[in-house]
Amino acid sequence: MRISTASPPNDDKRWRIVNATMRRHGYQAHALIETLHTIQETFGYLDESAMRYAAASLHLPLSRVYGVATFYNHFMLKPKGVHSCVVCVGTACYIKNSNHIVKQVERALDVVTGETTADGKISLSVAHCVGMCWLAPVLLLDDEAATDLTPENTVDKVEEWVAYVNETT
Amino acid sequence: MSTRRPEHRLPEDELELVSQQEQEAKQQYRHHVYVCVGAACLSAGSADVQARLEAEVAGRSIAGGCAVHGGGCRGLCVAGPTVTIEPDNVLYGQIKPDDVADILDNLGGQPVERLHRPTDKPFFMRQQRIVLELAGKVNSERIEDYLANGGYTSLIKALHEMTPAQVINEISRSGLRGRGGAGFPTGLKWRTVAKAEGDVKYVVCNGDEGDPGAFMDRSVMDDYPFRLLEGITIAAYAVGAQQGFIYIRAEYPLSVKRVQNAIRQARKMNLIGDQVVGTSFNFDLKVRVGAGAFVCGEETALLASIEGQRGQPRPRPPYPATSGLWGHPTLINNVETFANVPAIIRNGAAWFAGIGTEQSKGTKVFALTGKIAHSGLIEVPMGITLREIIYDIGGGIPNGKRFKAAQTGGPSGGCIPESHLDISVDYEALAEIGSIMGSGGMIIMDEDTCMVDVAKYFMKFCMEESCGKCIPCRVGTAQIYHLLEKITQGAATMADLELLEELCDVVKHTSLCGLGQAAPNPVVSTLRFFRDEYIAHIVDGHCPTGICPLQTPQNAIEES
Repeated sequence: MRISTASPPNDDKRWRIVNATMRRHGYQAHALIETLHTIQETFGYLDESAMRYAAASLHLPLSRVYGVATFYNHFMLKPKGVHSCVVCVGTACYIKNSNHIVKQVERALDVVTGETTADGKISLSVAHCVGMCWLAPVLLLDDEAATDLTPENTVDKVEEWVAYVNETT
Repeated sequence: MSTRRPEHRLPEDELELVSQQEQEAKQQYRHHVYVCVGAACLSAGSADVQARLEAEVAGRSIAGGCAVHGGGCRGLCVAGPTVTIEPDNVLYGQIKPDDVADILDNLGGQPVERLHRPTDKPFFMRQQRIVLELAGKVNSERIEDYLANGGYTSLIKALHEMTPAQVINEISRSGLRGRGGAGFPTGLKWRTVAKAEGDVKYVVCNGDEGDPGAFMDRSVMDDYPFRLLEGITIAAYAVGAQQGFIYIRAEYPLSVKRVQNAIRQARKMNLIGDQVVGTSFNFDLKVRVGAGAFVCGEETALLASIEGQRGQPRPRPPYPATSGLWGHPTLINNVETFANVPAIIRNGAAWFAGIGTEQSKGTKVFALTGKIAHSGLIEVPMGITLREIIYDIGGGIPNGKRFKAAQTGGPSGGCIPESHLDISVDYEALAEIGSIMGSGGMIIMDEDTCMVDVAKYFMKFCMEESCGKCIPCRVGTAQIYHLLEKITQGAATMADLELLEELCDVVKHTSLCGLGQAAPNPVVSTLRFFRDEYIAHIVDGHCPTGICPLQTPQNAIEES
């Protein structure tokens, strides 16, 4: 079993959670993806200091950590909004015009896909199939599917949700 | 473990006891209500339904008693949340918490008419369930319930009555083929791993179900994780592996949770761990969570990902069967393949080989979606016709529209036009007309779907998911995509069409892995059956379905 002498970027107690994952895997190189998962679950995203810490702890070059972090779509290098808006662009949704839905949502939120609104509240992304094809086209507003969606009523539905989000947070 | 076990009782007897106790406990209740807690029904609010059921059952007296369980999927996702009443086999659909009182009032009597989904309809009657035989009828989170329904008898049979070679023979004779899409004979793969030299061997379950429109494996992992574990453990015994990994895509957090729970419970029962059910067989199983890369469905990329690297494939040979995880012989099968194994060991190879066609045995689970009346999860015998799936099981095309094509195999597959509706759904017949069985996504398209646009959709997907390691795939998919875009914009010429076909050929024959090699399939397939639509875009400057935002060539040139 290998050990690690690297110290966390700051004295945030949550690094213990990250350390536990790395220790469970004996600080082996193959623990990298599991470690990045834990960091993202704990802190919301992967910042540079976190990646440097993972590299030092797992005895890996920083390039390897950065390479893996940017290769996989799931890992975020920027903080996400508190709320999420996901448009499904799986095949069943696509043939029911989800590409038009994406444009309407971008318009309603005034943000492009993959980005977060200027106030940092809402992140917009697309997903290749969320596995709810019978509801197609699917728009997930904080994991809840908007129903009976059409390109025409999308803007209204999103704006209604944004108003609700702003009221409650 | 062993110190707590009474010396005179054998481990298998102990499991039998757990099973009996569970059956006796269940017999204390006249009614069992299973609420579907699969991802689909949960998204439709089944957790609230379950909570209300539990509260109502606790608050009233029901003759004979009633128990509420979180159970699995009956496949009729379009009617979610669904509730099943056992042993009366009554299925209810689109249940809201306020319907709960009515359901409980009618337990044991006539089903509530407005909620009832009769199961004697073709959607259910035309299916044949092997992989999903207990789905919807056992608790997704209790191994005791699985044991009480005959679970793990196959593992015990394999460990106590069969040698590893006999298990492999049984699987070979059954004719089972890989359900991930390619259809490689499972027995042959197992034999190769068993024969490979080395003391350390691994079993890996590919749960990286990445095709858009496919959610069969999710259903097994969510509803029925014990079945998967049993299959993997039998495989590990057969090939001589001591360690296994289940690689689950990050987009399936519920599957991760349920499978981890199942592993914990199996370990407690000594169905995983050291000396499994009192034999000398040791086996440990771990979950690895993917991180959102379609290419990781390819086996060598998946192994790289388990090793903590970028999910990039490598050339084969060596095949993982001889050199896989950390260079050791590794068996990789898909979720559905493993889930078939316990049934084959229990019922015998001849039984399984008696289902399906000459070359394709058993059943296949499909996620039936798109422009179809009954969207959901179905399991059908190999050799059923596409027409039966679409019109009998699927209930046909809604809104009086005309069927145009069925797409199977996702971004690696092709489409099947109306003229081939009577095709037998098996590996060979599908390959013959340029599609593939695929992992089980089946998307139905009607007359309003533009096939050029569909081809462009899949190519965009492949372009974005190309890992970038080999040039034909990285550059080729982008070039094909741009040509398709040119066609859908009305800016292409017939020379572009020629170039498109040549490019498809190059990408197919020179890409490193299956992702690239199969990426041109949707284009080649639509060109084969719907060439006139391409021509209409190019020559007539017109999209027959009106989907594509066509500009006249003149406009496009002026704009650019």
